[in-house]
Amino acid sequence: MSMLSFERKYRVRGGTLVGGDLFDFWVGPFYVGFFGVTTIFFSFVGTALILWGAALGPTWNIWQISIAPPDLKYGLAMAPLKEGGLWQLITICATGAFCSWALREVEICRKLGIGLHVPFGFSVAILAYVTLVIFRPLLMGAWGHGFPYGIMSHLDWVSNTGYQYLHFHYNPAHMLAITFFFTTTMALALHGSLILSSANPKAGEPVKTSEHENTFFRDVVGYSIGALAIHRLGFFLALSAAFWSAVCIVISGPFWTKGWPEWWSWWLNLPVWR
Amino acid sequence: MRTNLRDILAPLAALLAAVLLTGCWERPPVTSVQNGYRGLGMVGVYNPRTLETQMPGNAIPAALPEAAPGAPLGTTVYKNIQVLKDLSLTEHVRLMTAFTLWVAPKDQGCAYCHDLADFSLDTKYTKVVARRMIQLTRDLNTNWKSHVASSGAPGAGVTCHTCHRGQPVPANIWFTDPGPKSVKGPAGGRNGQNLPAAAVGLTSMAYDPFTTFLTGKPEQIRVIAPTALPVSGASTRNIMQTEATYSLMFHLSSALGVNCTYCHNSRSFASWEGPPQRAFAWYGIQMVREINTAYLEPLGKALPAKRLGPTGDAPKANCATCHQGAFKPLYGVPQLLDYPELAGPKAIPVTSAAVPDAARKKPAAKS
Repeated sequence: MSMLSFERKYRVRGGTLVGGDLFDFWVGPFYVGFFGVTTIFFSFVGTALILWGAALGPTWNIWQISIAPPDLKYGLAMAPLKEGGLWQLITICATGAFCSWALREVEICRKLGIGLHVPFGFSVAILAYVTLVIFRPLLMGAWGHGFPYGIMSHLDWVSNTGYQYLHFHYNPAHMLAITFFFTTTMALALHGSLILSSANPKAGEPVKTSEHENTFFRDVVGYSIGALAIHRLGFFLALSAAFWSAVCIVISGPFWTKGWPEWWSWWLNLPVWR
Repeated sequence: MRTNLRDILAPLAALLAAVLLTGCWERPPVTSVQNGYRGLGMVGVYNPRTLETQMPGNAIPAALPEAAPGAPLGTTVYKNIQVLKDLSLTEHVRLMTAFTLWVAPKDQGCAYCHDLADFSLDTKYTKVVARRMIQLTRDLNTNWKSHVASSGAPGAGVTCHTCHRGQPVPANIWFTDPGPKSVKGPAGGRNGQNLPAAAVGLTSMAYDPFTTFLTGKPEQIRVIAPTALPVSGASTRNIMQTEATYSLMFHLSSALGVNCTYCHNSRSFASWEGPPQRAFAWYGIQMVREINTAYLEPLGKALPAKRLGPTGDAPKANCATCHQGAFKPLYGVPQLLDYPELAGPKAIPVTSAAVPDAARKKPAAKS
């Protein structure tokens, strides 16, 4: 594996969280580390279990393969392997692999002496997943409330779980999450197009700098957030989207059992106009 | 002047916290019922503390002692009996006593319907209505088993108590909703929607799905068009029709205390795959239409003005009239076992000369 001429100096010892020097080495371009080993372990075991579950199922159609969680009657206990137990083990493996990956990122950040923004951002994605398959099932008292691992089947789960609360668009946290997702997309499009435009001037002209970028948005909307802060904003928007997604599902069931439209009765009952 | 970011964020955060904390939140533990294959998400979610508060309202009163057998038919003594001709004297008295418990105001008893000087007179409108309601009850238990006895369990069916619960007028009735006063035309027209209506779970969808779907010439209940794009000649559905259907479905949901997945796999609302409850509900909707068109709307002529709605229409039934928040009215307790007289007319002994065979036929509509 080729290596850039200046890359070697970044391959510094130390910064590990666990294991000291034991796994502190690279394989080709990849840093290993203790958490690289656990990532590999959980990924392989989890994938193998998914394949086993698929082999037990009725189809090899990639769209229809589904590893479903246990029936609600098993509550928070372990279920037989073929009746949701596999889903429980796969959930453990997935969570293990995701957390290992995040901690491997932490170790790399420590080696490089940079901030922990990347593992922090990834942790919010992990939070959303763990909320769906661990926190919410725990709060509702059964692993069966998790979503099934299948391309089509998890969409059926999303649809039906939304309709458990009649009209999910009235879920206040869902509103926030959707708004953040859209805003993230818009911010990325604005930023991406601005960078492309500065880097692609007319033939023969030099590439433009941040002065041009700032001026463009000051002319258009009266304000330019700036080269560093646009990334800060994008980070905030993207993480907020994932965070409010986790909130919107964890409140559905554990903290609200009725239709979401009804939740807004507090608004209708504000003393101003009731 | 430069505004400090904190000056903006602090009130924003306070507002957000207020919004998220103000709503009447519930808390774990919750209970849930699985309606479909594991992982499909077809699950009913309930707050057990709320269910507990609903239990007393769905309890049935103790059954009256059985009527002494061997008594002659009521028609041998009572005059002007038009419907309950197949009952013996003792059965008649027992059933009338039950009516006073289920329907009549506590301080009025028999006098709520009867002229105490002469019980046979039809002078009070309540007696006319009661007679029609007895016919209705027997009609439902005989001809609408597809809905009221869909479980096939012995004693499944309806009684007066199913709707009345001790009240002269059942708690859950509806009138045509004329909407709020507004100017005509585009400026004031709400098109029957855009109000947070209690009848449809505080959504802004059509606020009176009952007049649309549960009366004389009901609209078809349709959610989606059968083709992906509008096709000339094919039946098309617009979003207004879809929302009107959703309005009715919101009513079903609150009336039965269930969510959409009790009847539907939301993968396709139109598809008949999934739980049998969808079919029971379909019969229920047909049944309610007949209750309203054949029984309740014609009774409007007999009712005093105080019992009529804002547009002068008779009080009518919907799903909540019987169900009252329970997936089965009274949680499916077979109250009819204690009052078989309401299940339908029984064969009259041949020894009785007084009663013709006509009583066995479906009661004719009278109002």
